[in-house]
Amino acid sequence: MRSDRPAKGETRDGAPRVAAPSRDPLLGVNRVLRKLGGAALSALGATLLISVFLNLVPGDPVEVMLGDRAQAVDVAALRHQMWLDRPLPEQVWFFLRDFADGQLHSSLPPFQERILPRLAEVAPRTLWLAAASLAVAVAVSLPLGVLSALAAGGAVDRMAMGLAVLGISVPSFLAGHVLILLFGIHLGWLPIAGDDARASIVLPALTLGLGLSALLSRITRAAMLDVLREDHVLAARARGLSETRVVLRHALRNALLPILTVLGLQAGGVLTGAVVVEKVFNWPGLGTWLITSIEKRDYNAVRAAVLVFTLTYLAVNLLTDLAYAAADPRVRRPGGSA
Amino acid sequence: MKPAAPAMAEDTPLSRPLGSGAAIGLLLVSACAALALFAPLVVTCPPGRLDLAIAWLGPTAGHPWGTGDNGVDVLSQVAYGARVSLGIGLAAVLVSGTFGTIAGAASGYAGGLWDALAMRVIDVLLAFPGLLLAIFLTAVLGPSIPGLVLALCSTAWVGYARLARAQVLALREQGFVLAARALGAGPSRIVVRHLLPNLLGPILVQATFGLPAAILAEASLSFLGLGVPPGTPSWGALVDQGMAHLVDAPHVALIPGAAIALTVLGFNFLGDALRDRLDPRG
Repeated sequence: MRSDRPAKGETRDGAPRVAAPSRDPLLGVNRVLRKLGGAALSALGATLLISVFLNLVPGDPVEVMLGDRAQAVDVAALRHQMWLDRPLPEQVWFFLRDFADGQLHSSLPPFQERILPRLAEVAPRTLWLAAASLAVAVAVSLPLGVLSALAAGGAVDRMAMGLAVLGISVPSFLAGHVLILLFGIHLGWLPIAGDDARASIVLPALTLGLGLSALLSRITRAAMLDVLREDHVLAARARGLSETRVVLRHALRNALLPILTVLGLQAGGVLTGAVVVEKVFNWPGLGTWLITSIEKRDYNAVRAAVLVFTLTYLAVNLLTDLAYAAADPRVRRPGGSA
Repeated sequence: MKPAAPAMAEDTPLSRPLGSGAAIGLLLVSACAALALFAPLVVTCPPGRLDLAIAWLGPTAGHPWGTGDNGVDVLSQVAYGARVSLGIGLAAVLVSGTFGTIAGAASGYAGGLWDALAMRVIDVLLAFPGLLLAIFLTAVLGPSIPGLVLALCSTAWVGYARLARAQVLALREQGFVLAARALGAGPSRIVVRHLLPNLLGPILVQATFGLPAAILAEASLSFLGLGVPPGTPSWGALVDQGMAHLVDAPHVALIPGAAIALTVLGFNFLGDALRDRLDPRG
């Protein structure tokens, strides 16, 4: 991941944890373009992969739909409508073409339901869920990780890290059920299913976010411990700065880089975790749609859902890369130092 | 960083006392293994027996953990579910660990075009959210246990491959490999006899973390209805079945859910302890 950074110079502090980028701004643009190209290839590869897999599904969907007493003419017509009489690359091409100009239809009879409006309806719900979960995760894990690092080995640290191991081990559907029972049924504070009220987001976001915060607080703690050992933190303390200022401005800001990296890597986990959490809370998002489309064997819907999942994942990775640059002052002001 | 010495140094890490984490881990893991091994002795009634009159009840004398859908005994379902969940997890770790280690070690030792090609494949797989690929594979392969294991392995092998490759890249320049080559050992002998034994420590640590990950993934897939065939008592599937009666019979979903959590917790604790001892990278 770091090997494509061009130059290693420019670090004057003698401890370059992050390879410093070149001063040439064009190289940055090039890097983004190259990443975009790679992302496009990955998306194409994912679509191709899904199409290959879908063609391997045991049992002909047309036969399943029409039964074995169907007329050969009808079978042929349906196969034609579902692109099943075309070679695989052509199926992928048709799919991408129709997806791009918004004409993609469900591959289930009567072939009328358009995919794009449906996607526009479900995808934002999943994005909203993912964003809210990330907010929960960051809000929980940053303070927890920082406090643990400051009191490393103490009671707070051991309790927080014990909770973190527990959080990694508890499957999201169990956590979700416990939250439903506690806040939804016993206390009756929050809605437990669907997306009808504004507060509906709370429990799903907590479920997904708390699971994520377990890993994130471990990373935050490790990153903070690394930074707190550095000379510039000692120097800041020596200058008589308040402990809060030392921790927040001089340590945490530098610890953000590895935290951001892990957040980006976790994007896939958040998206697939959303599939499970959506089922627990009957949240009508992309994951629920994907699972029902798989059950109904709606090929185009499945392909579209996967494509959107993959595109979102790749976009998040790209954004992480940019955020990484933004969080590192050496990138923002070439030649300047933190 | 200097790679590990060819023979594991018989020094402090192995003689360190076991921490409390390792003890808890060992306890949880052995409890789960015992449940799986002695399932027929633990249960008071066969897992598949139905009795519609006693569906969704709390603990009673004959059914200490209560009953679920159609009156099946929760304890026996969870006990036999331990066999399914642990078995699938172990199979997934064995297959992905073996394949990944050999692929990674071979790729790292061979270098050149093969290595570059293997790294591309690994990059593409890493660019795809793991569970999503497994969701597809299980959807495509239909509900079957071998299909489920394959789906779990589809991305899990990458971790072992990357680890083995990195270790081999560091090890192959060492004196003992050079000596073996000078003595006329062929590439396959060097990889199998000289490199793989040195990889086992880190690979074992990776596998200890891979097992709970596989158990969790299997549970998630089964919970989504894409895992084990209907009627197989995998823990994830049991939670899925219990969901329908979460309000009036919460134990039916929560007990298998807790079984997953405790098992995974145990393996995670054990993995942490094992890493302290076996992984020279600390």
